[in-house]
Amino acid sequence: MSDFLNSSLRQLGDALRTKKISSVELTQNYLLRISKYNQDVNAFITLNPDLSLAQARAADARLTAGNAEALTGIPIAQKDIFCAKGWLTTCGSKMLHNFVSPYDAHVISQFNNAGAINLGKTNMDEFAMGSSNETSHYGPVKNPWDLARVPGGSSGGTAAAVAARLCAAATGTDTGGSIRQPAALCGISGLKPTYGVVSRYGMIAFASSLDQAGPMGRSAEDLALLLNTMAGFDERDSTSLQREKEDYARDLNKPLNGLRIGLPKEFFAEGLDNDVAQAVEAAITEYKKLGATVVDISLPNSKLSVPVYYVLAPAEASSNLSRFDGVRYGYRAPEYTDLADMYEKSRAQGFGAEVKRRIMIGTYVLSHGYYDAYYLQAQKIRRLIGQDFTEAYKQCDVIMGPTAPSTAFKLGEKGDDPVQMYLSDIYTIAVNLAGLPGMSIPCGFGANNMPVGLQIIGNYFDEARMLNVAHQYQQATDWHTRAPTL
Amino acid sequence: MSLSIADVEKVARLARLAMTEQEIQTAQMQLSNIFGLIAEMQAVDTTGIEPMSHSQDLSQRLREDVVSETNQREAFQAISPQIEAGLYLVPQVIE
Repeated sequence: MSDFLNSSLRQLGDALRTKKISSVELTQNYLLRISKYNQDVNAFITLNPDLSLAQARAADARLTAGNAEALTGIPIAQKDIFCAKGWLTTCGSKMLHNFVSPYDAHVISQFNNAGAINLGKTNMDEFAMGSSNETSHYGPVKNPWDLARVPGGSSGGTAAAVAARLCAAATGTDTGGSIRQPAALCGISGLKPTYGVVSRYGMIAFASSLDQAGPMGRSAEDLALLLNTMAGFDERDSTSLQREKEDYARDLNKPLNGLRIGLPKEFFAEGLDNDVAQAVEAAITEYKKLGATVVDISLPNSKLSVPVYYVLAPAEASSNLSRFDGVRYGYRAPEYTDLADMYEKSRAQGFGAEVKRRIMIGTYVLSHGYYDAYYLQAQKIRRLIGQDFTEAYKQCDVIMGPTAPSTAFKLGEKGDDPVQMYLSDIYTIAVNLAGLPGMSIPCGFGANNMPVGLQIIGNYFDEARMLNVAHQYQQATDWHTRAPTL
Repeated sequence: MSLSIADVEKVARLARLAMTEQEIQTAQMQLSNIFGLIAEMQAVDTTGIEPMSHSQDLSQRLREDVVSETNQREAFQAISPQIEAGLYLVPQVIE
């Protein structure tokens, strides 16, 4: 079994199809591993072995019948933001502590149709609001490389589960960096697609104009297979894009000769830790060896992305989270005097501190008299940030830089200062504001032997090229194969 | 910029969040720090720039006006805090 822990998804698929292992055996082995290590890492909120094994038995039947797909029988963990029928779906919040979803998110049905196994629901920052996983109502996730450190967030449970080999691969969502930053901090690969490529149907909404689901796994090749299953038009999401189905693995093996890499000077300026800078620079040197050339570029408005984000995302969140009122589902306060009191107490008790903070920011910026100064101004600067990228892509094919300014910090280190925490996403947020695809791949280790992530930002719909760029690096280096010892 | 206690109380009321005096005070300090960060935006000249609400600048897709959902009242109400005879129960609003 231990052989399979480091197998790629393609190798696992081959092993399942040639009956070297059954899906039930594979699923049981992962569940056993989770029961052994999850108490240390806290990567999962909910496990449901009955449901997982029922899917595994169905997958084995499909494998025997000979109509298996690439992911049939493979255990995949799902971020607890995706509604999955019959599964407790909490979004990391007390507000949804009892919410057993009556329906499947689009992403979940795509995996179900492919015959993949839902191995469990991974821990996350409450309503995806956080960069350290410390805002989860279900306790913080620990970084498998050092249990005293954070895994990043908000998809921290997913990142930790993949790094600790507690699942073959998993899903995440990214509103301001929530796939890329935890991928970097846990030493795994993660991809946030172009906005609109993966349906948001059944994915609990945080900031709808920024939220995007994507795959997290051990290699770019695995991400390509996962994205092939996740992507596609869905009429139930009004922002889902109608495009031809594509094979995201089609360009994996293309050589990188002539690739132009843009390096934004703003991403290598003050605020970037030395150990991260060194690892990223070494990765750029490796890319030059692979035939790429480097172009210096500038994203002059990117420094405004954090303030713009902390207007737009809370504004959208305050609207999206108004649905949680204790009436139709979720938490209701045990005692109240009238309807308004029931709303106020249910929301006060059901939401954690960070969520309340963001609801209040959003409510304020949308309130009477402030709309132009905050929301409208932020949307105008959002366009300037997007135009910076359009200009940059006239000179380069992909943009590279650090994913996060530091490696994983200690649990509790930034707990009392929201602004310090918000700056963890300084290199990732602009990508969401522009709606571009971005990914993070492991590119070495910094101080205290903690992983460093290289961010690769592509032009719109350039996921296949980015995966090619990442895969070629992973053919020449072995950072992505390193695993923490538990 | 900093928010007053009265600002925070008003926002908490608009957002339907019950807060203790202590929580209001903590929120005042933290929100003021966050708005200090947000204030960096105000110096930017955005004259003539169109606001961007969606990265692809697409118009909303419309669907046929036909029935698309089936009635799943029982499944949906099974997860509700309080129901009776197929109705959601809330405290009395009208005397």
